[in-house]
Amino acid sequence: MILSTPGQIRDLLARLHTVAMVGASSNSLRPSYTVFSYLRTQTPYDVAPINPTLTEIDGIAAYPTLAAYAKQHRAPDVVDVFRKPSEVVGVVSDAIAAGAKAIWFQYGVINDEAIALADQAGLDVVVDRCMKVEHARFRGGLSTSGLNSGLITSRRPII
Amino acid sequence: MQHEHRFGFATRAIHAGTPPDPATGSRAAPIYQTAAYVFGSTEQAAELFALRSYGYIYSRISNPTVAAFEERMASLEGGLGAIAFSSGLAAQLCSILSLAQAGDHLVCAQNVYGGTVTQLSVTVKRMGIDTTFVSAENPDAARAAIGARTKFLFVETIGNPSGIVADLGSFAAVAHEAGVPLVVDNTFATPYLCRPIELGADIVLHSATKFINGHGTAIGGVLIESGKFPWGNGRFPLLDTPSPGYHGKVFTETFGEYAFLMRARAEVSRDVGAAMSPMDAWLMLLGLETLELRMDRHVRNARAVVDFLRNRPEVAWVRAPQMGSVFTFGLGGGREAGRRFIDALDLWSHLANIGDAKSLVIHPASTTHSQLSDEELRLAGVEPESIRLSVGLEDVDDLLWDLDNGLRAAEAA
Repeated sequence: MILSTPGQIRDLLARLHTVAMVGASSNSLRPSYTVFSYLRTQTPYDVAPINPTLTEIDGIAAYPTLAAYAKQHRAPDVVDVFRKPSEVVGVVSDAIAAGAKAIWFQYGVINDEAIALADQAGLDVVVDRCMKVEHARFRGGLSTSGLNSGLITSRRPII
Repeated sequence: MQHEHRFGFATRAIHAGTPPDPATGSRAAPIYQTAAYVFGSTEQAAELFALRSYGYIYSRISNPTVAAFEERMASLEGGLGAIAFSSGLAAQLCSILSLAQAGDHLVCAQNVYGGTVTQLSVTVKRMGIDTTFVSAENPDAARAAIGARTKFLFVETIGNPSGIVADLGSFAAVAHEAGVPLVVDNTFATPYLCRPIELGADIVLHSATKFINGHGTAIGGVLIESGKFPWGNGRFPLLDTPSPGYHGKVFTETFGEYAFLMRARAEVSRDVGAAMSPMDAWLMLLGLETLELRMDRHVRNARAVVDFLRNRPEVAWVRAPQMGSVFTFGLGGGREAGRRFIDALDLWSHLANIGDAKSLVIHPASTTHSQLSDEELRLAGVEPESIRLSVGLEDVDDLLWDLDNGLRAAEAA
């Protein structure tokens, strides 16, 4: 199912434990490092980089493929994708094979075929959103910087 | 993102930015009266300083109470985010410093607040940034004034005090055609009467001292950004080339749509140091809760005052915009009659402010716009005899009673 409402995204973030990040970078100026570092240090999620050119980032072991990750751990709750749109159909196939329950395409990672493939395989799908920004929206991080979280609520935070 | 439910203006004016306090559940926004915040660990401190996580470091950069006000303003104006400042002029200066440096150029409507004209033509000019002033009624003149190093086009929604309502859609088209953002001061209209971002503006500024606070109790300013302007278009090296203030970070690359807001806060606001105080932000939040109710009454009272003045023989002219509750008028007896009029008023407060619950009166040529030359005054839409009224929330009969006394005194000499 394609998740697009704030409530659907908040619920996904609230039930995640493991995040496999395809294309995570060790270059501190890259968005894929910024998101990795945020999720590792500011959330309770277990985050694993999936990148065949790296052995680790900030002391966290990297895996060359999603299959290699799934072999050592259980299936990831979500696969977070930082890759060119033209390369992500294969990432979806790998995510399905690895038993992922959800797939998250970061800003600009938009490929209709990949989205449809993941949706039809029963994965929850988030498109053209940043996991760091969405987590920060519901956790209150965006609000610390005067950013418009879009949240109107009289309940106490749930994530 | 598709929304489950779109909350209305009044609801957002009361709730946006202020969910229950996560630490205590406090339903009213707490006043976080603190200079600094304890870090959880050295690693967390490093992440915060490197702008890789969200949180508080020092109240010159951000503060929970101030952030609540910022988020509420962003919500009401329909922006991506906001930054609050110690005054409207500070918000304006930081907008300029976020986009322009020595050798750059700005284009500004000539009918703006006198303090803005002075800021641009004296202080900002001294920093090597020139401004060309153009008519607020002629977007084509703005088009002709934009050059290769122009960084933005600036107009007021409703000119202070000329009452000229700018055609924001046309100005936005002119700005965007040239690859520059449209910056709009929306102080006189408030987001209840006009939302410039919906008409194409990229940055909205307010003197929050006015209708946002609503009660004349604090000085403040705020900028709101739409998040829609393409800052990576090649015209803004401060945003899309490595920043010496942040270890070579390229803001457009790291923060995407948040690039302007992140740099304006983390570098410019940090270095200028004109932050809003938590107490003042709390007064602004409280003011916003009744913005819609107050604006309806401001406008209703203003219409009655305009009708009253237009029917008085002592009044030579009334220049009132279609929107808002601030306008000017002139007496047949000229400047001297105006002086007698102001001196005879008892209920209206003679002071340099607008947007208060209390009704206010001033003579702009000798006060708010006194730094301007005769030619600048004429271009700003200020006559030597102009009297500016900011109509408050009192019983309108009492306001008219006092004006009647003033008009009689003006005639008496």
